[in-house]
Amino acid sequence: MAIAREAEPVGSLREVRDAGLDREDLLQVYRNMVLTRGIEERGHILYRQGKIPGSFYTGRGNEAASVGVAAAMGPDDVGTPLHRDMGVHVTRGVEPWRIFAQYMGRVDGPTRGRDGNVHMADSKLGLIAMVSHLPAMLPVAVGAALAFRIREEKRVAVAWFGEGASARGDCHEGMTLAGVRKLPVVFVCDNNQWAYSTPTHLEYATEHVADRADAYGFEGIVVDGTDVLAVYREVKRAIEKARAGGGPTLIESLTLRMEGHAVHDDAFYVPKQMFEEWAKSDPLERFRTWLRENADMTDEEEDEIASEVKRTLNEALRRAEESPLPEAPQLLEGVYASPEDLDTPHHK
Amino acid sequence: MAELTYLQAISDGLRTEMRRDKRVFVIGEDVGVYGGAFKVTLGFQEEFGHWRVIDAPLAETAIVGACTGAAIMGMRPVAEMQFADFISCAWDQLVTVAAKQRWRAGTPVPMVVRLPSGGGFSGGPFHSQNPESSFAHIPGLKCVCPATPEDAKGLLISAIEDPNPVLYFEHKHLYRRIKAEVPEERYTVPIGKARVHQEGEDISVITWGAMVYTAEEAAKQLDDVSVEIVDLRTVMPWDKAAVLESVRKTSKVLVLHEDTRTGGFGAEIAATIAEEAFEDLDAPVKRIAAPDTPLPFSPPLEKALIPQVDDVVAGLRDLAEH
Repeated sequence: MAIAREAEPVGSLREVRDAGLDREDLLQVYRNMVLTRGIEERGHILYRQGKIPGSFYTGRGNEAASVGVAAAMGPDDVGTPLHRDMGVHVTRGVEPWRIFAQYMGRVDGPTRGRDGNVHMADSKLGLIAMVSHLPAMLPVAVGAALAFRIREEKRVAVAWFGEGASARGDCHEGMTLAGVRKLPVVFVCDNNQWAYSTPTHLEYATEHVADRADAYGFEGIVVDGTDVLAVYREVKRAIEKARAGGGPTLIESLTLRMEGHAVHDDAFYVPKQMFEEWAKSDPLERFRTWLRENADMTDEEEDEIASEVKRTLNEALRRAEESPLPEAPQLLEGVYASPEDLDTPHHK
Repeated sequence: MAELTYLQAISDGLRTEMRRDKRVFVIGEDVGVYGGAFKVTLGFQEEFGHWRVIDAPLAETAIVGACTGAAIMGMRPVAEMQFADFISCAWDQLVTVAAKQRWRAGTPVPMVVRLPSGGGFSGGPFHSQNPESSFAHIPGLKCVCPATPEDAKGLLISAIEDPNPVLYFEHKHLYRRIKAEVPEERYTVPIGKARVHQEGEDISVITWGAMVYTAEEAAKQLDDVSVEIVDLRTVMPWDKAAVLESVRKTSKVLVLHEDTRTGGFGAEIAATIAEEAFEDLDAPVKRIAAPDTPLPFSPPLEKALIPQVDDVVAGLRDLAEH
């Protein structure tokens, strides 16, 4: 039996305004979703052209969830987005050309060719770079929240994890510490129903991942992850609650991973019908329709967003391809930090 | 100068930094009300409050992971593992996240993990280990292993100041047994610099932690052999120059550690001596370490495992006669 609250969809423009988004914000959210998908679609092309070494991962189907959460974060809030959360990087303002440079292992990627795909973050934008051991980032976000609590700052950390990651101990330990100390952290579970090829019933035995929140002493909420406004509203509430000292919330955002685990995986194990069903609630199309019906988005506005994103992507690709590959001696630089590295706003 | 035990010197170093720098906080199991299993943080919660001396749930992954996040956000966390053995639970946080974050993402992680380590009192397989070589092998981590009260304080302050994740191995067998004069003011001992514990002419013993005293006892029993004891003090980075200098002076070397033999850090030292000072040697490099066995509980078994003074005497005698 479900314990978590199942969030209602967002209906009217008035309701959205109450949640803190005006019409301009809504168009920006839509633009960020279009850009997120565009980056990953171009990434696929680059991969097929042989320009991306290793494998390539996307978050197709998760654009509403990633952009919706990031839109709800304040400028001084921080987070640990994972590999389906490109929309977080886009919303926080990472320049798209640096993402392509990262994909291609160039020196201008945020990790300067040291790590690949979405294993990146610009710390100046309040993001902490993920590792492949996905749930490991959850205690790290809890630690950021602990720093805010110790310093009595009104800042919040957002910790992302997947339903697969929810099986590991880091997740349990991080939520336990956050729960007992009522830390200002919001846990966001990107439940895309497939952990590589493993379905949800082999990852957790409750109805929802969010049902677990009750056991840690905070609220769990399940939200439709294809509804960007519902995601935004629920996360915004949770962030403001955390900011006000109300402790953590676990928000489970339900989507379907619309591609394989990575490019090498054709997802043969996902029932075709499941893809067809979820394709009907494509997050971009869903929000586009909503904007036209509820916020009077015009053809001109829609075209302008499409063409601006296209220009941005073309320019970003051109610039990224000009970025050099790293040179071998750079490998050895910066294994250890020097005191000068601490000369950042965080360490003052 | 005041005479402090090794344990009091650790407390003193930690207290000094917490008074000086508001960013420093302590987190661990039973570190607050109880003052830590070994009482290193006794009285700290009264002085610094609940949010700077944090009693954590029994969750080493969360403790070390939270330190990583807090460090990235500008704090200077000092985690206490109740016993060094429990660091295995937080391996991933240290090795996967903290160690690689600077190199990969440009984000320094200035944190310290205190690790009460070492055997000698029937702690058994899970309360006695010396896991420094496992972590010395991980690029991005630093490992320090003080042997004296003065170094215990100075190296802890250096570790807290350091912009990297530093594992601070404090040997439990030294806690109350070793006492010495410790400066009252704040000072640092550089990470990566060895110390000549005792000068000598005939044989160099390269060691660290509690084995410094085992070597000292052994050297006393050999009237006719002049033994130089080099206390490495920090295992990563380690002071290669100081070791090679001593080797070139004496031409005979005993590498001694309490950790198990195969893949122990002594192997790295012996290999380096073979690569860089082979021509200076008058005898093969000798290693004395624990056998490749888990740490036992029963006293005769534990005594058979941890290198004893007699073992070192025999090793030195052997080298002297070579």
